[in-house]
Amino acid sequence: MTQIHTAPASVPAPAALLTETPEQLAAFEARIAAGDKIEPGDWMPAEYRRQLIRMISQHAHSEVVGMLPEGEWISYAPSLKRKLILMAKVQDEAGHGQYLYHAAETLGATREDMVDALLSGKAKYSSIFNYPTHSWADVGMIGWLVDGAAIKNQTMLAGCSYGPYSRAMVRICSEETFHHKQGKEMIVLYAQGTPQQREMAQDALNRWWWPSLMMLGPHDADSPNSGVLSRWGVKLKSNDEVRQEYMNEHVPELLEAGLTIPDADMHQDEQGNWKHGAIDWTEFWAVVKGERGLNKERLGARQQAHEGGAWVRDALDAYAARESGAKRA
Amino acid sequence: MTETALTRPILTEAVKLALIARFTALADDEMILSHRVAEWTGHAPLLEEDIALANIAQDELGHATLWLGLRAALDGSNADALAYHRDAAEFRNVPLTELPKGDWAVTMVRQYLFDAWEVLWLDAARQSSYVPLAEAATQALREEKFHLQHTALWVERLALGTPESTRRTQDALTQLWPYALGLGEPLPTEADAVAAGLLPDVADVQTRWQRLVRGHLEGVGLSFPTLSPLPYNRQQHTEHLVPLLADFQRVAREFPESRVW
Repeated sequence: MTQIHTAPASVPAPAALLTETPEQLAAFEARIAAGDKIEPGDWMPAEYRRQLIRMISQHAHSEVVGMLPEGEWISYAPSLKRKLILMAKVQDEAGHGQYLYHAAETLGATREDMVDALLSGKAKYSSIFNYPTHSWADVGMIGWLVDGAAIKNQTMLAGCSYGPYSRAMVRICSEETFHHKQGKEMIVLYAQGTPQQREMAQDALNRWWWPSLMMLGPHDADSPNSGVLSRWGVKLKSNDEVRQEYMNEHVPELLEAGLTIPDADMHQDEQGNWKHGAIDWTEFWAVVKGERGLNKERLGARQQAHEGGAWVRDALDAYAARESGAKRA
Repeated sequence: MTETALTRPILTEAVKLALIARFTALADDEMILSHRVAEWTGHAPLLEEDIALANIAQDELGHATLWLGLRAALDGSNADALAYHRDAAEFRNVPLTELPKGDWAVTMVRQYLFDAWEVLWLDAARQSSYVPLAEAATQALREEKFHLQHTALWVERLALGTPESTRRTQDALTQLWPYALGLGEPLPTEADAVAAGLLPDVADVQTRWQRLVRGHLEGVGLSFPTLSPLPYNRQQHTEHLVPLLADFQRVAREFPESRVW
């Protein structure tokens, strides 16, 4: 759903491998500068490949784990229309995961390795999905804020230098726009609904506002992976720039809906930009590291689905082997 | 879906009630099964099946709203009120649909048996002289045929896969078959509507369905259990429906003042 964060660490400069010549690197960087898309068979630095596999697979994992917090509310949706919409939305997340795994496969990664990395805890996913969902209004608020923030980030990534990732983002953004709309429509309705619905909507905003700001990543000064990714045209805007776009779109709309944003220091600057108060990053890093939130539960659910489904995948393999044997005979 | 000149003369009160009863049964089957299928979302054995099952669940729920729409045209009822504010005793789904999702074999065998039934019932309903039903059946049939294709292949792959998958699939069929036969029980009120050509004769559909599913499942090595009668039917539910509805209706009932969601 969005970019991933690992704890701050010193960033090694992209070291060229012995097999990579300065001429190859210069030609590659010239293509990036000219706005070319890099395609799967093209020459690319090993570090570019490594960073993209890390980023795209973690993005895929986020989609897959992201099915869980909202998926559990399909059972409880309060109208047939909302039940249907939520089924479609969570199905889209699965589709995005599949699409992104394929994009990473174009770089030489395998689905099995990527899934193993997720299940063993080696690979990360967006920590936004480690927050619990407390009420039905959370489903709407996730659509409006979390998907809203994701769209800002993904619109930027749609312009990135790696062709398959860029095209995946174009397609995913168009579906995320629907997710964003249904979330906003729901929350605006509840914000003007019964006292119980209004209270539910405000409570959801109180809990999701700060995590949605933080999911766009650490401040630029503390963003460990940004240097290489900007240099090679993967990240075209900084975290703070994307966060500012997100604020400028969402703050006026939330206020217009009659909701209160839980930030006493929030204000508009002379240029009209909405500025947030100080962000409590200790909470963010605690959730990223799994010290807080539902990291254990989310991974546990994925592990259980994977292990519980092993006999099914074995049956598929056995059936396929039997069929191909029958064809050969 | 408006009432036409063709349908108006034959809708006696008894026939109207028969249609309402059948639309309710169809809607409840689809709605409850959709809920069960959707419980897999995020937990399926393959990512591709998260996608496929979510699709089937959406189609089934879409069909439920289609049938509730036909019912509403006859009695002015409200779909959400029926879904969220009836108690278990008022639901008219077959108990097959309310059983827990079980393992992948239970889910696939149930879905296969249900899809096969639906395809054949809808195919017959296309000939109904009640035009709104004939139109709805034509629409739903297209999607049900895709479901049947998908689940028929799954059941085959599981039945012929590994010893474990064969055992699980046989266990699923043994467990589910007595419940599946409930699909073929006629509704007590529908004899006149069947005679008048408004509703399919479930006895005919039952014969075709048994031929289809027995042929397919026996062809992949599964066997059908010897039956003892079940104490459950569309009026007498298993113990699983009440907790299912507690989930389904949880938010809607927790906030009774809020009728618009």
